[in-house]
Amino acid sequence: MSKSSTTITVIMGSLAIAMALRIVPWPREWLIANPDWVLLFLIYWNMALPDRFGVASAWSTGILTDALTGRMLGQHALAYTLVAYMCLRLHRQLRLSPLFQQSLMVLLFHLLCQVLVFWTQNIKSGNAAAAQYWLPSLIGALLWPGIFLTLRWLRRTFNIA
Amino acid sequence: MFPALRGALTTAVYPLQQLVSSPIRFGHDLADNLASRTELIGENERLKEEQLMLKTKLLKFSAMEQENIRLRGLLETSFKVGEHALIAELMSVTLGNYEHIITVNKGSRFGIEIEQPVMDANGIVGQVLRVTPFSADVILISDPSHAIPVQVNRNGVRTVAIGSGQLDKLILPQVTSNTDIKPGDLLVSSGLGGIFPHGYPVATVTSVSPQDDPSGKATAKPLAQLDRIREVLMVWSNSTPIPRMPGQINANADFVGPPAPPHE
Repeated sequence: MSKSSTTITVIMGSLAIAMALRIVPWPREWLIANPDWVLLFLIYWNMALPDRFGVASAWSTGILTDALTGRMLGQHALAYTLVAYMCLRLHRQLRLSPLFQQSLMVLLFHLLCQVLVFWTQNIKSGNAAAAQYWLPSLIGALLWPGIFLTLRWLRRTFNIA
Repeated sequence: MFPALRGALTTAVYPLQQLVSSPIRFGHDLADNLASRTELIGENERLKEEQLMLKTKLLKFSAMEQENIRLRGLLETSFKVGEHALIAELMSVTLGNYEHIITVNKGSRFGIEIEQPVMDANGIVGQVLRVTPFSADVILISDPSHAIPVQVNRNGVRTVAIGSGQLDKLILPQVTSNTDIKPGDLLVSSGLGGIFPHGYPVATVTSVSPQDDPSGKATAKPLAQLDRIREVLMVWSNSTPIPRMPGQINANADFVGPPAPPHE
């Protein structure tokens, strides 16, 4: 297999796993804290391979996630595109910062994503979000070091750069 | 919006849903397979008894159905009976945290259509929201954006039951303080709106706010076991809302059910 096709396979495979984690039927108490795995994996690939995985890839992933979770087409696409853009702008700083600082940035990105999805979801009805609606962001930030180390190990194993 | 695009995308992610769902289903099936002999014998006994009781009820029911059709014929109202159902299994995936939407494993290949009613053995579960060739998304009656026209079985009072976002609660916002409704009343579908067929149980009333509250609200508990269903009935109802103009009756007379589903 040529090198670029390995890259594509690994990235697509990891995103497929993230999408699967998104729809696993956890018990209801866990479910409200289930972070947006696709976004977290997306942030990693944006940060690690900014020239391979950019805004367009993020948009395509977002559209697929919309179809997967039954949202209005474009909700996740919009959110992921914006987060991907910010990641691309900041990827040099992000790469150099220690893991806990990265976690803080991930918390911000995840919150931004949730805000965008919430706005586009409730643009007509104006519901208020309960405090626990934001729990996935926190869990996502706490899980970030693990995700980062796993994906970096994956990237190094397959020698993707 | 873009139904064709959505259909293609949803079909593209369908294998992923299958992938997540199948190990969990396999676990359930394994548990079924490992059930002990005595348990199975006990269950069999129970089911036989239940079937006997249901058959006896059905004998009476079919006689009454015939009588009903005859009487309605005398009144010359349009009345179509006969529903046709297909069993679908739930796929073990969760779509949204705050929406009550389930995915089932039968889609447009089996003739499933949007807005088709979905039931379980105890009552109405919801209606079909989206279909792809291989699967369908069903919105439950407890979803906050879902409303179902109902009537009180005891006296025929009509109202609307709106989902509350909790699986065991429906809200009846249009009940006023002088409405004749009390806890324990059975709510059945009224057939208005033309989506749900008339006369299927939906919920039982659990509480009615006190007399002196002018904006009286009532709550009800769905009869379908929304949190533990594993199989649902997809129903094609042949009942259409009663037309106002007599001429329109014949326009609907050639309504036929969906194509017979292929054997699995």
